[in-house]
Amino acid sequence: MQQIISLLMENKPGALMRVTGLLSQRGYNIESLTVARTLDPTLSRMTITVEVEPSSRAQVIKQMNKLINVLQAADVTEGASVNREMVLLRARTAQSSRTAILKEAEIFQARVVDSSTEGFALEVTGDPEKLDEFIDVMRSYGEIDVTRSGIVSMSLENKKLRLSPPVPAGPALDEDLELQEAE
Amino acid sequence: MSSNLLSGAKILLECLSRENVDCIFGYPGGVTLPLYDAMYDSPIRHVLVRHEQNAAFAAQGYARATGRVGVCCATSGPGATNLVTGLVDALMDSIPIVALTGQVSSKLMGSDAFQEADTFGITRSATKHNFLVKNIHDLPSIVHEAFYIAASGRPGPVLVDITKDVFQGQAHYAPVSEIHLPGYKVHADGHAGQIRRAAQMIWEAERPWVYAGGGVIAAEASDELRKLVELIDAPAVCTLMGLGGLPAEHPNFISMPGMHGSYAANMGMTHTDLIIALGVRFDDRVTGRLAAFAPHAKVIHVDIDPAEISKNRAADLPIVGNLARVLPRLSAEIAELKPAMQARNAAARQEWWKQIREWKAEHPLVAERSATEIKPQHLMAEIDRLSGGRAIVTSDVGQHQMWAAQLVRFSEPRLWINSGGLGSMGFGLPSAIGAQFARPDKLVFSICGDGGFQMSIPELATIANHGLPIKIVVMNNGYLGMVRQWQELFYNNRLSQVELSTFPDPEKLAGAYGFKGRTVENPAELAKALEDAVAEPGPFLLNVKVTAFENVFPMVPAGGAINEMVLRPPQPVEA
Repeated sequence: MQQIISLLMENKPGALMRVTGLLSQRGYNIESLTVARTLDPTLSRMTITVEVEPSSRAQVIKQMNKLINVLQAADVTEGASVNREMVLLRARTAQSSRTAILKEAEIFQARVVDSSTEGFALEVTGDPEKLDEFIDVMRSYGEIDVTRSGIVSMSLENKKLRLSPPVPAGPALDEDLELQEAE
Repeated sequence: MSSNLLSGAKILLECLSRENVDCIFGYPGGVTLPLYDAMYDSPIRHVLVRHEQNAAFAAQGYARATGRVGVCCATSGPGATNLVTGLVDALMDSIPIVALTGQVSSKLMGSDAFQEADTFGITRSATKHNFLVKNIHDLPSIVHEAFYIAASGRPGPVLVDITKDVFQGQAHYAPVSEIHLPGYKVHADGHAGQIRRAAQMIWEAERPWVYAGGGVIAAEASDELRKLVELIDAPAVCTLMGLGGLPAEHPNFISMPGMHGSYAANMGMTHTDLIIALGVRFDDRVTGRLAAFAPHAKVIHVDIDPAEISKNRAADLPIVGNLARVLPRLSAEIAELKPAMQARNAAARQEWWKQIREWKAEHPLVAERSATEIKPQHLMAEIDRLSGGRAIVTSDVGQHQMWAAQLVRFSEPRLWINSGGLGSMGFGLPSAIGAQFARPDKLVFSICGDGGFQMSIPELATIANHGLPIKIVVMNNGYLGMVRQWQELFYNNRLSQVELSTFPDPEKLAGAYGFKGRTVENPAELAKALEDAVAEPGPFLLNVKVTAFENVFPMVPAGGAINEMVLRPPQPVEA
C-alpha cells in the first residue's frame, strides 16, 4: 500500500534532494511528488506518495523529521485528510464520439480546456481512484494522453507546529542549549 | 570591529575564530588558494596532512579526544571527494566535525570545470547536514549554523561547500548574533512522566542490565552513568563506542557486548529481564540475530535521537533526551523510590549477580601468552599495563581493534578512539594525529594492523613534521586478519587475497622520516620494547610480529544469537 507523506519544509535549494534522497537510499520508489510554496514564501508544502513496507513507515517519518530543512513531516495515509489529484487528458476522437465524451466529462465534472477538430483536452480533479475510473472510461473512446499531477494532501487535524527559536551564534555553550530547550 | 570590508576568506576565518577553532586539518588546492592566502596571517593553526581522507580522520581524532568540533578543509573536486569516507565515518559514530570545501566559481558550476565535483550532492547522505555557499552574505550565518548543527543534538559531520568567488568577494562583515534553524529540533530533557515510570520499572526488575554506548560519551554523561549504576547496583556493559563511559575497573563493569564481547556480557544480555539502554542503537554487531536478542527483557531506551527509538528493538519505555540531563533526573527518581522498593527484589538481584560472577569465572577474557611467539592478546595486555587506563589509544579496524577493545582498559571517556560504525581501515594513524594535537599532554598509542597501517603510511610525514610523540604499534600478523578469520571459519579456509607478504622494514621506514622504529618478535622482549617506545621523546614505530593465525574469540557468527558464541576454535561450545 502507498504511504502518503505531507511535509512542511524550508523553500531552499537542496531541501527536495534531502527528502527524496532519504527515500532513494532505502530503495523506495516515489510514486508521486508535488511541491510548491506555502502562504509563507520561505516554506514549501510537499506531498509524497511512496511504497514503503508498513514496518518502516514510522522510521521514515522520524528520519524526515530529523532533516534540518524539514519543519514537519507527517503520515497522512490514514487519519483525517483530504487527498486530491488533477489529471490533464487529451482525447483524440472521431466526430461521432464528441458528444458522448462531453457527457462523460460532465459526469466526472471535468472541464474542457481545449477543443479542436482532433478532439478535446480535459481537466479534472478528484480523489485518485475516481481519476483512474475517468481515465478508463476515456480510454474506451480511443487514443488518449494523460498527465497526472500526483496527490496533493491536506491534513484536517490540528497538529501543532513546533518550531525551534533562534539561538546565539558562536560556540555551543551550555547556556545556549538551555535557551534552545527551555521552550 | 563592528563592520568592515573583508574578503570571504577572511570572513570565514573570523567566524572560525568566534567558534574557538584553534586547529584545522587540511590540504590546499586551486579554489582554496584565496583561503590559504588569508590563513597565512591567521592565528588559527593549520596542519597539513598528506591526504584529505586523513584530514577528516584527524579532525575526528581531535573531536573524539575532546568533544569539541574538529575541523578539516579540502579543495574542490578530488579534495572534497577524498573527504567522503571520513564524513560517513563521523556520521556513523556521531562525531562532530565541520568540513570546509572549496567549490569552483559559481559562474562555472555545472560546466564540468577543472576540479569540479557536485560536492553538495555527493555529501548529502554523508553528513548530518551540508551547505553550499554561493553568496558571500550568507557565509557568516552558515558557518555558525554548521558548528551548531555539528555539536548539538546527536552530533555529526557538517560540510560547508564554498565557491571560489565567495572566498574572493568582499563584504562588510558584522558578527552574526543569532542563527535560526526552525526545523532543527534538539530534544534534550526527556519526558518527566516517562522518567518516573523508568525508575519504577528499574526497581521492579529482578535482573536489570545497563547497556551503555557512545551516547554516554557524546553527552559527557559518564559520571552520571556511574552514579546510576552504583545506585541500582546493576551490571553494565559498554559498547565499542562506549568504552570508558564506565571505568573498566569499576566492579559493575562487565565488558563489551556483542560479536566479540565476553561470555558474561552476552549471557547477561540474553538473560536479563530489563535492559536499560543508554545512548545506544542496538547495532547488529551488538544484538546478533535480533529475533533471539534479549528474549526475556523489557527495554528502557534513552536516546537523544527519536529515530533510534524502536528502530531495531522495540522500546517498552522510550525516553528521548540528552543523557546528561535525563540521567540525573532518573537517578533522583530511583533514589526516591529506593526506601520503598529496594527490598522487593533484593534476593533475586543477589542471585543475578551470583550468576553473572559465575559466567565471568567460567570464560574470562584472558590475555594469553606464549613463550615462543607474541600473542596479539599479550601485546594488548602490555599496552594496557603501560597505559594504566590513562593513555589515549586509537585503533584501526580489524582483529587488533577487537583485541584492544577486549583487553585494553579505559578509566575515563575519550581515551578509546576507533572507527566503530563504518569500520574504516586507515583510521588509526590519522586519528592519533588529531588526538595528539588536541591533547599534547597525553600519551597516545596508535594500534594498527599491518593492513590499515599501510593505508595511512603517508601520514608518517605529518607525524615527523610536527614531532608528534605518537607510539605507533603495528600488530603485524602478515594478514588482513579479520577477513582471513572469516575465510577460515566460513569459507572453507580458502584464503583469498588476504596475505600481506610485504611489509616495509620499520627501522628504515621510520628512519626515512627521521624517527625511530624497530621490530620485536620475541615475547620476552615485548615489554621492554614498548617501554622504550614510550620513553622515546618523539614518535616511535614499533612493528610487533604476532602469531599469524590467531583468531578473535569469543565470536558470534554473523546471523547467530549472541548467546551462541563460539568461545574457542574449532568446534562451537554449547552456551
